[in-house]
This record gives sequence, structure tokens and C-alpha cells, in this order.
Amino acid sequence: MKPLISLRGVQKYYGDYHALRGIDLDIMPGEFFSLLGPSGCGKTTLLRTIAGFEDVTSGTLTIDGKSMKGVAANLRPTNMVFQSYAIFPHLSVAQNVGFGLRTDSRSKADKARAVVEALEMVGLGGYGVRAAHALSGGQRQRVALARALILKPKVLLLDEPLSALDKKMREQMQVELIRLQRNVGITFILVTHDQEEALVMSDRIAVMFEGSIGQLDDPETLYRRPNTRKVAEFIGKMNILPGRVTGMGDRISVDVAGLGASAIAPEQAPGGTAMGDTMIGIRPETLAILFPGDTTERRTVDGVVDEVVYYGDMTYYDVKVPGIDEPLNLSMKNLIGRPVLDVGAQTKVIWDERSLVVLGR
Amino acid sequence: MTKGWGLRIYALIYLLFLFAPIILLPMFAFNSGKIIAFPLQGFSTTWFEQLWTRTELHRAVQNSLIIAVSVAAISTVLGICAARAGALDDYPFKRSMIGLVMLPLVLPEIILAVALLVIIAKVLGIAPSVWTIIMAHVLICTPYATAILNGAFQNLDKSFEEAAMDLGENRWGAFRLVTLPLVMPGIISAFLIAFIISLDEFIIAFFLSGNVTTLPVYIYGLRRQSDDLPIIMALGTILVTMSVALLIVAEFFRRRGMRRAGIKDSGGLL
Repeated sequence: MKPLISLRGVQKYYGDYHALRGIDLDIMPGEFFSLLGPSGCGKTTLLRTIAGFEDVTSGTLTIDGKSMKGVAANLRPTNMVFQSYAIFPHLSVAQNVGFGLRTDSRSKADKARAVVEALEMVGLGGYGVRAAHALSGGQRQRVALARALILKPKVLLLDEPLSALDKKMREQMQVELIRLQRNVGITFILVTHDQEEALVMSDRIAVMFEGSIGQLDDPETLYRRPNTRKVAEFIGKMNILPGRVTGMGDRISVDVAGLGASAIAPEQAPGGTAMGDTMIGIRPETLAILFPGDTTERRTVDGVVDEVVYYGDMTYYDVKVPGIDEPLNLSMKNLIGRPVLDVGAQTKVIWDERSLVVLGR
Repeated sequence: MTKGWGLRIYALIYLLFLFAPIILLPMFAFNSGKIIAFPLQGFSTTWFEQLWTRTELHRAVQNSLIIAVSVAAISTVLGICAARAGALDDYPFKRSMIGLVMLPLVLPEIILAVALLVIIAKVLGIAPSVWTIIMAHVLICTPYATAILNGAFQNLDKSFEEAAMDLGENRWGAFRLVTLPLVMPGIISAFLIAFIISLDEFIIAFFLSGNVTTLPVYIYGLRRQSDDLPIIMALGTILVTMSVALLIVAEFFRRRGMRRAGIKDSGGLL
């Protein structure tokens, strides 16, 4: 399949500030693609570059096989949902949604029908006559979506569209956006700093740091096999332990501080390996407490409970393990009959070498 | 009413002191006596009637209106450009540019008047006329218009024009269809304020008018004949009423603009 959007060596400077440092990226038709990163990483600049609000300093951008060099935003097959939604406050909901149809050659009745359909698609049927400035945050979001989708763009660009909503509304809109994207089949590019949002919604995620893409993968790979410490720490929680690579072959031999020697699969080193010192990550949920009376055949390590945070459904433990400076962070589901350990309790932590990931130096 | 009564009385006296001269205007305008002194003689509209007979006055009013309307229009257009550039664009030396636009606000008007007279009459060699006054008034009215329009533009979401462009409009279309309607109350407000300031301006008009008389200059000329003083009172009454009315209209539009943009009011002229 040919990519819908292609970026090659895209650089962007604002004066001396190097906002995009050589972006190579292919986005496929129908994909839900996310640009994830901390603020200032260039993700919004990249989105605005695709939309046509920013020129690239060097490099090429093609959409649907056509170079976008010198093509203004109003002539690109993209539409955008802005972070503030940018709903025109002096127009009604229907006038907002129909704004992009002004230059359309269709008859007035056809346009009105299209507006009604677009509003129904986002669950705002019957809202057309309302004044735009009287809408709630979630409704504005839907109007912004309808206003963009009515033009049937090849690509819908979403700039942190959920950041202004409260948690409940955000989760609801996440599900609705996924459903909407599947129904319309339009390529969505989402910019977000919320790793959970990106994991929930995307087919693929590009994690950006300081103007470059750190890792580009599907959500599961990204979470389970981060290629650097930076990515590992940005997405979810990760225990980072010092270690050493002692041998490379079909399996990679590693020596992990506090946990001991292991032989792991090459996929567990997505960022590549080199002999010698390295950082090794292990996710909190892949660790477990060996509760008194339980037994296991898996590997364990002795430790002392350093901190307990009770969350109702979960309990978060920090366990001090000899040989590691930082306590191991782990989380346990509070199943029936399972006690909550006290600070200072002696315990064993169960771990598995399959969940180790080599992060490099 | 027990607490703070001292301050209340102070405020009352203060306001009385501030507005007493203005209250005196209509009192003597409708007084039948020729001399401006108490006690009042009786009610009369004769001074207002006399206003109709003075052709020189009509000429002055006509000049002032031509000047004020032109000045208001030009200042508002310039103000729109300055305020839009200040609010929505980024470019080098932006702050100093805006500062430069606002500078005439703090320049002593008499100095400005002399400087303009020298430049227009001596350096450029242009004969004083309605047009020279318009040029000079634009200079002092543009900062006011810009200040009012800044408020209107600053309340705008930067994404509005981008959104309009994203939806297929070119730059001009985005400005015309989205920005302009949203700042229209500010535009009307700026126009009216510039109009009033120009209509009322004396010093510059006096220096640059040559043989063209504006209304304030005409009134100034009347001061020597004590017979004309009641007529000035009548004229003043009309002018004050008109100014207050225009200010109220301007403020109404400014507030409506605030409301429309969904912004809490933060001060203003009234």
C-alpha cells in the first residue's frame, strides 16, 4: 500500500530554534496515527506543517502523492480540529459546520442536508440552530469534528482535541473518536502528550523528543519494547536498573543489578545491544509480591517493603532490594484474601526474564 | 450606613466638583438673561434659536463634521491594521512598533501642534486646510482607536483565522468572515471615540486651520464678545449631550463585543 502522507528529511527552524530535526515518516491511508511527546517536542509543529500553517525549512512533504510545497492550508486535502476547537462564536452551530461548504457548488438544500448529516454523525442532531458560544466543551469538540469531517478530507488532524475536557468526558470521547474513525475511514493524525490516550486510540504511535522521532511502533510494541530509557520513562512506569550485557548470540546474556544473570531474546533489546554497561527496564505490573503461604516456581528476589500506597483496586509497593539503589516499583491487584503488606515487611518479589528490556546507556 | 460615611460624602463632593461646570451649561443655556450670573432670569430657548442664524457657525460645524468623520474612518482602519498585527502576528520589534503607534497619546499636544505646523507649512509647504487638520487628527486619534481595537483583537482566539483557512478560505476571506464580524463592536466603538476626540480637538485645529474654522476654534473666537456667551452655553449643551450619547453608544458596542467573545469585562472607558 502506498503511504498517504510522506515526510522526508523535514527540518524546521524558528530563527535559531531547531523545532523539527529531520523527520522521516510514512502514514498509511485509513490509519489512526498519533504523535506523542512532551510539550516542546515538535509534535504540534509537525501537525501544523502537514496542515499547511507552517512552512518546512527543508525536506519534502507529500500528501496523496502530491508535493505540498507552496500549497496553502486552504488548498490541502486536510482538515484540522484545533486544541481550542476554534468554533466561530458569532455563528450558529449549523453555520459553523457548513462554513467549509461556502465554496462548494452544491445547491443550498444539499448543503443543508450535509450539515444535518454531519451533526447527526457526531451525535448533535437537532443542535443546528443553537448559538455556538452556548455549547459545552464536549459539544464544541463534536461541532469541530463535524465541521472538519463534512469536507471529507483525506486526513483529519487533531491537535490535543481532548485536553480541555474533564476525565470522564475525555474517556467517552476517546471511544467515540475511535468509532468515528472506523466509520468514516479517514486517516486521523492525533497530537497528544497523554501516553494513555495515544495507547488507547492509535494504530501506530510516533514518540517525539526534541524535534525527532524517538520510536515509531504500534501501542503494544511501544509499551512492551521501548527502545530507549527516554521512551520507557515517558510511556507508563518503568523500573530502570543498571546492568551489563555479558554475551551476545542467539540469546543475549545480561547481568541485572539485584536480580542476577539472565538470558533474554534479541527482541528484548529493540534499541540494539553492545557489550558492557547498559540500563535494563522492567514494568511494575510484570513484578509480583510472593505473599506469605504462596509458592512459585518462577525467579524471586528478597526485599523489604519500603512504601505502600493503597488505591482500592490496586496496591502500589516500593520494595527495597539489595544491590539496587532505587526501590523496585510494583503494583498488585487486591484480590480476595490477599493481604496488604506493611512497610518494613520482609518479602520476595517474583520476576520474569521475559519482561526485561535492554534500554542501552 | 454607619461604616465609611466619610468616604461617601467625600465621593459625593468630589463628583459634584467634577460635574458642576457641565451642569452649569444647560442652566445658562436656557436662561433668558444675557449675563452669565445668578440669579437665573427665566426660561428661554432664544439662544438655541440664535444658533440657527449664524452662517459662520454652520460653516464651522460642517468643517468639523467633515474632519471628524474622515479622521474617525482613517484612524479606525489604521487601528484595525495595528491591532490585528499586534494580536495575531509575530514579527521582529513587535512591541516597539506598537509602542510607536501609541506614542502620540503621551506627547504634549501643543508641542505636536507646533511641530506639525512647521513640517506641514514650512517644510512641505502645504497650505493649511481641512486636509492638514485631518492628517494631524489622524495622528492623535489612531492611538485611541488602536487601544480600543487591541482589546477587541486580544480577545480573539488565534486559531479562528487558521480554522477558517483550514476550511477553505484564503487569508482575506478568513479575516472578512471571521475576524471582522467578531471585532465589529470594537470597530464601531473605536470609530465613535475617534470621532468625538477629533470633533472636540482645539489646539492642533487652531494651529493648522489657517482660514478654515472648526467648531472649537469658532467657539474660542466667540469668547471676547460677552454678548455671545449664552450662545456658547447653548452650543456647549448640544455638544455635551451629543458626546455623552456617542460615548454611551460606543461603550454599549464595546461591551457587546466582550460578551460576544465570551470575555469578562476588564475595565473600559465608562
